[in-house]
Amino acid sequence: MAKPRLQPGTTLDGFLIGGLIYKGGMSRLWRVTRPDIGFPLLMKVPILHEGEDPAAIVGFEMEQMILPRLTGPHVPRFVAAGDFTEQPYIVMEHVGGESLLARLPELPLPSMEVAAIGAKVATALDHLHRQHVIHLDIKPSNILFRATGEAVLIDYGLARHDQLPDLMDEEFRLPYGTAPYMAPEQVLGTRSDPRSDLFALGVLLYFFTTGVRPFGDPQRMSGLKRRIWRDPAPPRQLRPDYPPWLQEIVLRCLEVNPAQRYPTAAQVAFDLQNPEQVRLTERSEKLEQDSYFSALRRRLSGDAGRPRKRAIASHIAGAPIVAVALDLGEETDSIADAMRTTVVRILEATPDARLACLNVLRQNRVTIDRTLDEEGHNKHVNRLVRLKSWADPLRLTEGKVTYHVLEAVEPAAAILEYARANHVDHIVMGARANSTLRKLLGSVSGEVAAQAPCTVTVVRKRGYDAVAT
Amino acid sequence: MLIALLTDIHSNRQAFEACLAHAHAQHAERFVFLGDYVGYGADPEWVIETVREYVGKGAIAIVGNHDRAVSDPSLSLNHNAQIAIEWTRGRLGAEARAFLDRLPIMVEDGTRLYVHADPAAPARWHYVADSETARHSLEATRAQTAFVGHVHVPALYGVATTGKLTMFQPVPGVAIPLLKQRRWLSVVGSVGQPRDGNPAAAYAILNATTLEITFWRVPYDIETAAARIRAAGLPDALADRLSRGR
Repeated sequence: MAKPRLQPGTTLDGFLIGGLIYKGGMSRLWRVTRPDIGFPLLMKVPILHEGEDPAAIVGFEMEQMILPRLTGPHVPRFVAAGDFTEQPYIVMEHVGGESLLARLPELPLPSMEVAAIGAKVATALDHLHRQHVIHLDIKPSNILFRATGEAVLIDYGLARHDQLPDLMDEEFRLPYGTAPYMAPEQVLGTRSDPRSDLFALGVLLYFFTTGVRPFGDPQRMSGLKRRIWRDPAPPRQLRPDYPPWLQEIVLRCLEVNPAQRYPTAAQVAFDLQNPEQVRLTERSEKLEQDSYFSALRRRLSGDAGRPRKRAIASHIAGAPIVAVALDLGEETDSIADAMRTTVVRILEATPDARLACLNVLRQNRVTIDRTLDEEGHNKHVNRLVRLKSWADPLRLTEGKVTYHVLEAVEPAAAILEYARANHVDHIVMGARANSTLRKLLGSVSGEVAAQAPCTVTVVRKRGYDAVAT
Repeated sequence: MLIALLTDIHSNRQAFEACLAHAHAQHAERFVFLGDYVGYGADPEWVIETVREYVGKGAIAIVGNHDRAVSDPSLSLNHNAQIAIEWTRGRLGAEARAFLDRLPIMVEDGTRLYVHADPAAPARWHYVADSETARHSLEATRAQTAFVGHVHVPALYGVATTGKLTMFQPVPGVAIPLLKQRRWLSVVGSVGQPRDGNPAAAYAILNATTLEITFWRVPYDIETAAARIRAAGLPDALADRLSRGR
């Protein structure tokens, strides 16, 4: 079948071909335009030769299948696809700028900068996972950033949509992925665990903060499998000034058993955005690799089993971030108890949940710089202490619960802002008990419930003033 | 163009009505029935009359083994199915029986193939219930996409040009692209007697323009359907299984 040669100036299905942006082993990227589309476009055209690796074709089919089904700022907008009988291609939004690959010569980067990058990537992964897609090829060259700051994940050739057939799974015996970043279970052929993306993110965080790839760049299967039993050198061994909280996050992402990693990308983002709230375990203290003997024992025991298949949605649903906004006013003790009961119910149903306890410290509209205000500081600490005391009866293990005092003029806006920034799935708050006060001041819970990006439970004491409006 | 695919209705009026209403609400423009209108359930006349009306308006209807068994007593069925078919035989008038007798066993519609059981040998009523059978079925036909029933459990099989076969359990309500460079066999679940543990009625809609198939599950009035089976004196087991979807 003779195909028209694509070159600058020719058109294909209404798209005017511009310059060649990139030529790789699997595909070419052309800049294209169409008069009715106002944003920059690129056309991805697979390179298909006789005897070509069938993975190139299947990868392209997967991308054609998955990309049109994704929405939001963290993916390039899909525009059109051409099928294999004529000329296969995908036209999508051309997200400008450099990928993270361009940063490699600068490595290692400062910890806080990498944490900020990592939080953006984790946020993008959370959005992707919520759309039933696992990327399975997270690496610097597949991560771009919008001018507005959001990470954009590109290249869905190895991705998996858990509500669509997985063409890749049936097709190949060998695992496909990028050697330095592939999760152990992916090496073993599992393509259904969203936590594989968290492992890859862990590799990226490690690499960007130390300048060293934790598992090198193995070229053979035996080298790939090594990560199943051989732990990487802890970052603190490579960089003595490495922050323990960041090592905690990185090594947790790099756990061999996916169940030991973070349950969701949203929880990784949460920790990267709240370093002071990261619960430190032995992971953060490690200063050297496990002894060769204990690594060898792991290798011989064949400890790394394949994880059980679970739908992506159930991973996310089982590990929500729950924020409880407490008033801490004197008169609200009974509401506080009722809220605790509600939270207990939620935590019982979702054991992997994390709880963020919030209190809003109201500021006057005109404020002076509070950082030097001792009274303000004391108030802040006092609120933290009371938040902890409220949560104490819940008997949550450390790391499952965090405490935040938000200083703000508008409590509802502060709670909403917190929920958006921290990917909160469920807000629990109390209704103002006194209905006169509610009439006077308006209802914070009402405003939050109306505008929240997630589920909101408003707890109200059933009782004497239930009839009041 | 949206084509509703309904199969294995098995005289279950309540399930059939619910699926038809759902398909109309989805703006289905054409209807294809893949057989087994009768057997098991208590409303064979209504179901056949309804299918006839749709056929009168251009729908395609294929014959199933239970429909064939009405006029061909030599066809072997399981014990309860046999009881139900004998009961059905007594209920159907000459016109309804003639309608069933005239139904085709297979219809090719462009690149699409409609058949009740295994397209490789439609009159032998084999089940396409595993990858190997699906591969054999697809090899025996020219169609880009084949639509079958008979199994009562929804499934989608795809074969790549390399010969590799993918089996997929569809998620209700999620449109699956039937990529052109592959060949596909869709096992449309059963309207009147689902057997995958989900008691909701099953059917599918093909978007013939975008080449996407969506498998749907539709809740229906199971209590009434089961009560009618009992009232007709048919085996209790046939009523009981509806609420379990087994």
